[in-house]
Amino acid sequence: MNKSELIDALAEKKGLTYKKAEEIVNIVLDTMSETLISGGRIEIRGFGSLVVKDYKPYTGRNPKTGEEIEVKPKKLPFFKVGKELRERINND
Amino acid sequence: MTKADLVEKVYLKTGFSKKESSDIVEMVFDLMKSTLENGEKIKLAGFGNFVVKQKATRRGRNPQTGAEIEISSRNILTFKPSQVLKAAINGQD
Repeated sequence: MNKSELIDALAEKKGLTYKKAEEIVNIVLDTMSETLISGGRIEIRGFGSLVVKDYKPYTGRNPKTGEEIEVKPKKLPFFKVGKELRERINND
Repeated sequence: MTKADLVEKVYLKTGFSKKESSDIVEMVFDLMKSTLENGEKIKLAGFGNFVVKQKATRRGRNPQTGAEIEISSRNILTFKPSQVLKAAINGQD
């Protein structure tokens, strides 16, 4: 499922126009992105949580050439699945 | 940030009531959950991809007792952030 399919499904379930459903999906995703960009934490009960983790610099290797490369410190969002969704994807 | 904050944003930016905003935000996550439950991935351009992956049965140890145990096969959910989101988080946009 991609974003436009999610918008279509939302529009159908809630009797909204595509444009209105798109506006809502964009508000949700933009708000989540902005939270992560400002270093905040997202917690959606039943779905999961997202936090930004700090990664230290390290020396890596180009797996093709074996050449050493310095990997700079970086931040990455980390997702932890919520209890309900974890059980559902395992059909518990 | 929780679901309540998302509801508030939708309420302030659209013409929907609080109740409607809450129902709609709930539906967005319900749709994503049922998609993932069916083993289908979700690709949200500009944000990232949620993918269900199967992990095979493997041997592990109880870290407290050292006893060997079998860890059953299971499905896990991974999130791969988009390049756009990664760059923005690292202040590169």
